[in-house]
Amino acid sequence: MLTATGLSKRFGALVVLSDVDFSVRAGEAVGIVGPNGAGKTTLLNILSGTYPPSSGRIAFRGTDVSGLDAAARCRIGIARSHQIPRPFHGMTVFENLLVAARAGGGLRGRAAEQKCLDALGQCGMLKLSNRPGATLGLLDRKRLELARALATGPDVLLLDEIGGGLTDGEAAELVAIILAIRARGIAVVWIEHIVHILVQVVERLVCMDAGRIIAEGDPKSVLRDAAVIDAYLGPSAAHAAVG
Amino acid sequence: MKVQRWTPQSGVFIAALGAMVLVLAVGPTWFSAGVTDRLSALFVYVILGAMWNALAGYGGLVSVGQQAFFGLGAYAAIRLSHADVPVYLAVALAGLAVGVVSLAIGEVMLRLRGGEFAVGMWVVAELAHLLVNLDPLVQGETGTSLIALNAIAAEARRAYTYWLSLAAMVALLAVLFALLRGRLGTAIQSIRDDERAASSLGVNVLATKRIVFVLAATGCAMAGALWLASAITFQPKAYFSVQWTAYMIFMTLVGGIGTFEGPILGAILFFLVETFFGGRGVWYLVGLGAAALAFSLFLPRGIFGALEQRFALRLLPLGFRVVERTKP
Repeated sequence: MLTATGLSKRFGALVVLSDVDFSVRAGEAVGIVGPNGAGKTTLLNILSGTYPPSSGRIAFRGTDVSGLDAAARCRIGIARSHQIPRPFHGMTVFENLLVAARAGGGLRGRAAEQKCLDALGQCGMLKLSNRPGATLGLLDRKRLELARALATGPDVLLLDEIGGGLTDGEAAELVAIILAIRARGIAVVWIEHIVHILVQVVERLVCMDAGRIIAEGDPKSVLRDAAVIDAYLGPSAAHAAVG
Repeated sequence: MKVQRWTPQSGVFIAALGAMVLVLAVGPTWFSAGVTDRLSALFVYVILGAMWNALAGYGGLVSVGQQAFFGLGAYAAIRLSHADVPVYLAVALAGLAVGVVSLAIGEVMLRLRGGEFAVGMWVVAELAHLLVNLDPLVQGETGTSLIALNAIAAEARRAYTYWLSLAAMVALLAVLFALLRGRLGTAIQSIRDDERAASSLGVNVLATKRIVFVLAATGCAMAGALWLASAITFQPKAYFSVQWTAYMIFMTLVGGIGTFEGPILGAILFFLVETFFGGRGVWYLVGLGAAALAFSLFLPRGIFGALEQRFALRLLPLGFRVVERTKP
């Protein structure tokens, strides 16, 4: 459904991404792991249209979307969450979602409001509806990122380290929400360092290092891959993650 | 759960506002000349406060150059009247004409952010001032007048200006209210809070800012043209003065930035302060500045913001409340 071919990104002399091919099928959940600086967030930013690639193309449902900016991509069904949550401080939680349902989802009036209530309910945030965005704690900010993205009515959801900084219990809550999102047929691309929670959700794992994809496929075999252990996991962590 | 917007409280308040506007509409038939003139000025202040708040309070677009549009509005009225447009039509159309010009200015200025935009707008105002001075009709700083007004009796002139000011204020506030309650309202506030997040949620950032920028420019230009209709004389220096924006900032900060009602309250306060202390010269301006500063430090949501919180006021509600569905 979302297919990127030959993506490269240079910031000045620094090559952050070189010739990456990446795709996700409708309803599929793909995890992306790799050491810091591997280019994971850059890949996500390019897929979501935050900035253009230096070269390469991106197609969505068979149409070239390389020229679309982030807002336009969101409107056609590619939504994302941010690694560092970006709530709208001066708006309530509900209004935060309404921005998404109206602009990204193209909904109006009652339909937009209902979409927001649904997304809030799904993320367990209904009780926080009238709280200003500025007053939320970390877990709620992360949940707000997720709920807002959901309110746009996406076909693909790009998640950037949404589990980072959370306790195990909090992360487990997020996993439950993301599994429910998957069950609705929304494709998920999830960057995460916490591998053991990632493997509970994804059916395919991609490992990146130094701007390239070094392994991809079934999560268990990727985590046993010698290159992955060498670049990212280290021998003991690999053992713990696979179990 | 259901979503609530209007409340009985806001219904009563809007009915009261409507009644007040009706009373004000027949005002010139029994107000004294002095009162009519002063109220015309108050309406202009309300417009200025509301427009600056739309820009800065809702859009995060802090401009210290809104006097550009105030001055251009007055200038456009002079130009239109000189081209034989009936004088009050010229005053009414001047704002719209400047609105069209502001579309082009926005194309450049809206690519700037934060402090660059703020100071850039001041540069635009200075530039507009200099360009207007180049027009032979204006005669440099000597200025000119809206000569066509001389053909109308003073009494009638006073009433026309009053009605036009009242109509412009009501129309601009109504348009702003409708826009802020709709899709534009949530979009522009999200841009104010985090432009990148807004964009990633599908908000067309530039188009949204453009609407607010043009509306604020049109409103400030209408205010300038109306001011000219009262003052008759046009000296560029007086209209392109940064003090106009300082007044707008005062009204917005004291009344309550980012609240719809705040700047209206701020304009009334400013009007009262000016009426009683306006003669004190420099100290009056120092007092205004100090008050604006004190408010932004100690009461960041202004007087209305504080009242709203303290008494759970929802007079002209723009926001949304999620409430339990009451069982029948």
